[in-house]
Amino acid sequence: MFTFTRKKAGAKARRSTVGNFFIFCIVALLGLFSAFPLYFAVVTAFKPLDELLYFPPRLVVLRPTWTNFTDLYQLAANMWVPLSRYLFNTAFIAVAGTGLHVLFAAMAAYPLAKHKFPGHNVLFSIIVMALMFVPQVTFIPQFIMMAELGIVDSYAALLLPWIGSSLGLFLMKQFIEQLPDAILEAARIDGASEYKTFFSIVWPNSVPALMTVVIFQFVNLWNYTPKELVYSESNKVFRMALEQIVAGDPIARMGAGAAAAVILMIPPIIVFVLLQRKVVETMTFAGIK
Amino acid sequence: MKGSKIRTLGKYKESYLLMAPYMIFFLMFTILPVVLSIVLGFTYYNMIEPPRFIGWYNYIRLFLDDDIFIIALKNTLFFALVTGPISYILSFFVAWMINDLSRTLRSIATSVFYIPTVVGAAVFPMWRLIFSPDEYGYLNGLLMGMGFINEPVAWLLDKEYVLAILILVQLWMSLGISFLAFVAGLQTVDRSLYEAGVMDGIKNRFQELWYITLPSMIPQLIFGAVMQIVVSFSVADVSIQLAGFPSTEYAGETMVTHIMDYGSIRYEMGYASAMAVVLFFLMVFTNRVVTKLLNKVGI
Repeated sequence: MFTFTRKKAGAKARRSTVGNFFIFCIVALLGLFSAFPLYFAVVTAFKPLDELLYFPPRLVVLRPTWTNFTDLYQLAANMWVPLSRYLFNTAFIAVAGTGLHVLFAAMAAYPLAKHKFPGHNVLFSIIVMALMFVPQVTFIPQFIMMAELGIVDSYAALLLPWIGSSLGLFLMKQFIEQLPDAILEAARIDGASEYKTFFSIVWPNSVPALMTVVIFQFVNLWNYTPKELVYSESNKVFRMALEQIVAGDPIARMGAGAAAAVILMIPPIIVFVLLQRKVVETMTFAGIK
Repeated sequence: MKGSKIRTLGKYKESYLLMAPYMIFFLMFTILPVVLSIVLGFTYYNMIEPPRFIGWYNYIRLFLDDDIFIIALKNTLFFALVTGPISYILSFFVAWMINDLSRTLRSIATSVFYIPTVVGAAVFPMWRLIFSPDEYGYLNGLLMGMGFINEPVAWLLDKEYVLAILILVQLWMSLGISFLAFVAGLQTVDRSLYEAGVMDGIKNRFQELWYITLPSMIPQLIFGAVMQIVVSFSVADVSIQLAGFPSTEYAGETMVTHIMDYGSIRYEMGYASAMAVVLFFLMVFTNRVVTKLLNKVGI
């Protein structure tokens, strides 16, 4: 059940059994702490009303029901803007924001990694520093700029800042850097332009990094609720809509709230679990030297 | 001289063209906002009248005349100094502890520990329910059931508890990208170094960790530190969602929520910008210090 791999005996310093046992206990405890709120959300989402209000609260559900989900759907159906509109907004922003970011960042990462053009070092150190300038800290000047551009309360306001976010470019550059120069040279000798080299060699060879950036970007956009940037109901995103429904009455809508949490949890979890291997492969090169 | 420079730039024309689309967005929405903050930090600007230059007044006001900013600064530093190192060390140790597991178990463990980071925002309502101020709250229910307390405690409204709870929840969801970088980095440490280490008399896993593993991972450690600094200095969402905005007696106020207060509600953009500048400097400075320290690992 729980085994430590020992493919190469003696390859590592001795692991004592007591030590292994302690480490197992610590990992198990931390794992429980990690998973508990998620478990709790799922259990609560399936509780019928009398179990939700049972005192003292129980950590299991005895008679699971879909009522909370149908309640949530009903509350959503009574809204002035149809739920499909919010879903469309989120889908549009997540797809466009992820797609354009991945394409543009990969295009920029290739020269940064492989061409020694004047200024490439300075540019890269700016990008490393910009890893810290995330939207959570730059939202005020971003808001001012968007107001000047007249794009507040539009898709553009939700979308454009994410296209230029720096984490994706950074990860992609680190990944492309370790691709062997030989495969690029081969293309160049055949007379391919740098654009052709990028699309025919670099892009197909960077799939793990591309997938990783897709995950991070998708998760960011899925969780994104920029209340100061959109105020028209019809421009709000899915998560904002669900939060508004649930916020109405936290106790009476406790079950619906948990159902909303479960719905919001599903897409990021699926995306991450499916693409996890690629992420770990890419993160190998994420170090800052 | 000038001609040759132009020729070098010409030679790299394709490089610059490939970078152009990304760079337009990067400059507009990441770099320009930072520059704009620095400039507006010296002005009074309400978005209706043009900005008025007022020198260092915003900064003087921040530190001498805004008690809530001082609370926000203290909370942010407390957050950063507590959750930052704890979650950084925790993410490394969890990665290190699961590194000896078989591939499948390691994948499962990686998901279990990373998923709170990706879904954390969706689960805030569950935390609100756990710490709910009435007997329906799970913590109250549990403690009352066991007889530790007689009356339900308003955990998230009481400034005695707010910060501790926010730190707990933040820790829960903050293993983050640095954790993934460590999981990956540990897999790539050169195996022959471990064999050589055993020859050189390394006895247990902790010596191995300090003398071999950590020094091989300095680039990942630095990357992880940058990611962790970002997360721990920009704490806001957890506070807004759990403690409310504004929180009781500003007990959960952080620099980012204070910036929101002045930027998104009061439209004092110059003042909010000055706060953002202070936050940038804190982050960049911390990053410098941490990078210096990390380069000393294993010596």
